[in-house]
Amino acid sequence: MNTVIDITYLISSIFFIVGIKKLSSPKTARKGNLYAAIGMLLAIVVTLFAKQVLTYEWIIIGIIIGSAIGAIMAVRVKMTGMPQMVGMLNGFGGGASTLVALSEYYKISPHIPINTGVAIVLSLLIGGVTFTGSMIAFAKLQGWITGKVIKYPGQHPLNALLLLFILAAGTYVVINPASADLTLMITITSLILGILLVLPIGGADMPVAISLLNSYSGLAGATTGFVLGNSELIIAGSLVGASGIILTNIMCKGMNRSLMNVLLGGWESAGSSPAESTATDSIQGTVKSVDAEEAAMIFDVARSVIIVPGYGMAVAQAQHAIHELMIALEKRNIDVRFAIHPVAGRMPGHMNVLLAEANVPYDKLYALDDINNDFDNTDIALVVGANDVVNPAARHDKNSPIYGMPILNVDHAKTVIINKRSLNVGYAGIQNELFYGQNSLMYFGDAKDAITKLTHEIKNL
Amino acid sequence: MDANFLMLIYVFVLAIFVGFELITKVPPILHTPLMSGSNAISGITIIGALLSAGMKEYTISTTLGMIAVIFAMINVVGGFMVTDRMLKMFKKK
Repeated sequence: MNTVIDITYLISSIFFIVGIKKLSSPKTARKGNLYAAIGMLLAIVVTLFAKQVLTYEWIIIGIIIGSAIGAIMAVRVKMTGMPQMVGMLNGFGGGASTLVALSEYYKISPHIPINTGVAIVLSLLIGGVTFTGSMIAFAKLQGWITGKVIKYPGQHPLNALLLLFILAAGTYVVINPASADLTLMITITSLILGILLVLPIGGADMPVAISLLNSYSGLAGATTGFVLGNSELIIAGSLVGASGIILTNIMCKGMNRSLMNVLLGGWESAGSSPAESTATDSIQGTVKSVDAEEAAMIFDVARSVIIVPGYGMAVAQAQHAIHELMIALEKRNIDVRFAIHPVAGRMPGHMNVLLAEANVPYDKLYALDDINNDFDNTDIALVVGANDVVNPAARHDKNSPIYGMPILNVDHAKTVIINKRSLNVGYAGIQNELFYGQNSLMYFGDAKDAITKLTHEIKNL
Repeated sequence: MDANFLMLIYVFVLAIFVGFELITKVPPILHTPLMSGSNAISGITIIGALLSAGMKEYTISTTLGMIAVIFAMINVVGGFMVTDRMLKMFKKK
């Protein structure tokens, strides 16, 4: 029976790998997800036949409760709430790893080989940090905790101290496995560390935090694999760990910041002192604004439009209104495309999911590198609720905290229409010189209302 | 370090390489489903949870195992379902 189980784990791992491979194209992605789910089902079913599994009451209760909660969450969550959902799911994965490691500790203590001991400590640490860190990320994205950067004196030394304690206590436990109290202390300290690490991270840095927690949830699974000596956990965990690291890297590049800089919190530390960056406060030029009717007139003579959505679109739930606008424009034979900045929104791919929800075909969604040169021959760039990712200062103002960040070159379009509620600064806390540009027009208002009105006016042309 | 443990390290290192190869090919438009889908895969910890929850004698390990089953199943079922919901929406014109 053991051989059958092991071979089934191997088959299940292959399903995971093929499943992720199929995620590389929107055409096959749904099938890929199904493959991965089949792999998981195989692994679960065959584990029930393992010789260690002798009673089923607790298993059945656990499976029913867990599946029900998961299913309800998956069905009810709104697409705009997807970052919170992903954050929370990360957390449960990490939590499960911690619990399994702790359970295994109590099961085999005090006869724990060194290898297993190290794996248990690492599982407790990574799983614990993932669990509470993800829950804090969830609470921040949900608006239960402020999305602002939180700073307090001594936060970095404190975190370093906690980590040091975990490593020291961990070493002790590996050598003297009988110390159950210390093992529990390691668990609790890891949980506290997770809270303290994510709490300071600001809203717009969440794509990095969520990606990193995603990676941790995979690594936690892999370390649990070492605890149990199970290859499938290691394979699946490493795949997810790699995925999270790659996404984290893409997100950091999208902001031109190092991972450390993001984790330590805030743009302030991004290379320039606040005193220097005030230079951008004295931007030359005036702001021109238009109403819906005037904006519609500009679209009347346009042939090509690139729409640039940002977090403001998600907040206003304007994706459906934007889809309506797209249809109205296409009826007038205007070419409409979307330019998506890698860090637009609160998690990787956030804008794409919202636009897909609103039935915008995915072949109209372009990544930064694929569309950035096209702004030069585009009549209108329409910015909806984006700010820092379209600030030209990133290209030329060496004193700007966002200097060097890849931005969408909307100012290269013939006309830029910027829909925003006000001239307020974005996440980086700096003025946007785009708003004062020669070819820029501000179109003030809530994204959903404003775009709906604009569509109406365009239809009436 | 015994041979068995060394084997696990082999698996770990090679799987990370496979992961990097696979994931770099995922286009940015699918990054959210990639996260939620891979997330569901990380719920594979369910194996360990089941082994703990199904032990013969009732101990603290069993309780921890059962909570782990709940957590992992939320992750697995929620993750795969929500990923499917999202991927269903991605249509070409």
